[in-house]
Amino acid sequence: MNTCPENIVMMMHDYLDEEISPEHEKELKTHLQSCEACKTHFHELKKTVALVQSTSHIQAPGNFTQNVMAKLPKEKKKAGMNRWFNRHPLLAAAAVFLILMSGSLMTSWNGGDELSFTQSDQVVVEGNTVVVPEGETVQGDLTVRNGDLRIEGTVEGNVTVVNGQQFMAGAGGVTGEIEEIDQAFEWLWYSIKSAAKELGSFTSNDNE
Amino acid sequence: MESIVKKRIQQVRKGDQDAFGEIVELFKDRVYHVCFRMLGNRHEAEDIAQEAFIRAYTNIHTFDIDRKFSTWLFRIATNLCIDRIRKKKPDYYLDAEVSGTDGLTMYSQVETDEPLPEEEVESMELQESIQKEISRLPDKYRSVIVLKYIEELSLKEISEILELPIGTVKTRIHRGREALRKQLRSI
Repeated sequence: MNTCPENIVMMMHDYLDEEISPEHEKELKTHLQSCEACKTHFHELKKTVALVQSTSHIQAPGNFTQNVMAKLPKEKKKAGMNRWFNRHPLLAAAAVFLILMSGSLMTSWNGGDELSFTQSDQVVVEGNTVVVPEGETVQGDLTVRNGDLRIEGTVEGNVTVVNGQQFMAGAGGVTGEIEEIDQAFEWLWYSIKSAAKELGSFTSNDNE
Repeated sequence: MESIVKKRIQQVRKGDQDAFGEIVELFKDRVYHVCFRMLGNRHEAEDIAQEAFIRAYTNIHTFDIDRKFSTWLFRIATNLCIDRIRKKKPDYYLDAEVSGTDGLTMYSQVETDEPLPEEEVESMELQESIQKEISRLPDKYRSVIVLKYIEELSLKEISEILELPIGTVKTRIHRGREALRKQLRSI
């Protein structure tokens, strides 16, 4: 049985795969006529294929599609959101930026409850009130947070009071602008404004 | 057929679940049949075929629309079948409780056979023994034989589904055929 060349079986498989060359097909046929063992082998292979192919086509159960549909993940909302993001990338970016920005500004707004002010040798602290005493002159801007400011002397610059009030004595004087900020919203607005101003000053510095 | 499928897939990608229902309708029998021949069990075949469609749905965005959808779907299904075959090595016992059911055993899952005409019984017995022999094949031969002779796919398509070189697919088909020949000789 094993006297037949190995490639005869190879040719049988090539034949079954319909990939046999005409020369090989001829060789195979000639060999099969003379070799009983190979003939049986070839016959069994063909029978195997026929048997496997004879198995009936069975169909999926009747409620198959409904069962699949019932099990699909319900993610329409998420899909809708993804679609919105895909269609409006700029708006999405702006929204994300605003959320992050307002978050960080709110924390800086809530961050300090304690009195703080621009360090200066000329000012005196009385409880929760920062005082610029009579006859003293503060050079530059003065900012006070979470406290009141009483000006009896002079400030040569802008005055900003956050979360507090500003009193001016008759003799007091401020050369720049005076601003009082009480609300979180105003603080936000102020931050944006000063950021814009800084940006403006940068560009104007560049121009110089 | 292919253009309809493409259209439906684009609708599914836009969030239209009903369009996916049509895709299931178009392919359910072929997918179920492949699963049944791979697993040799209707209950498991249904389970895995459903899972294949659910995976196809959740991963529809990774499908390359310029390729043949059935190739991709069959890849998901055959991979799931092979996973299942490898996991269930210690076979099911009929009296083992079916998971997710309350006190239900495999006995209740076996269909009660009504009396059938003799020829039908004979042909059913033949079918069953062929299926039994297919199920005895190692999974790497089983998948190529099922795809080639049950689904009648080309070697090229089988190689794409299984992500194997054509040469490997050919070798496996040859070995699978030889193994089946020995097993089915007595029939």
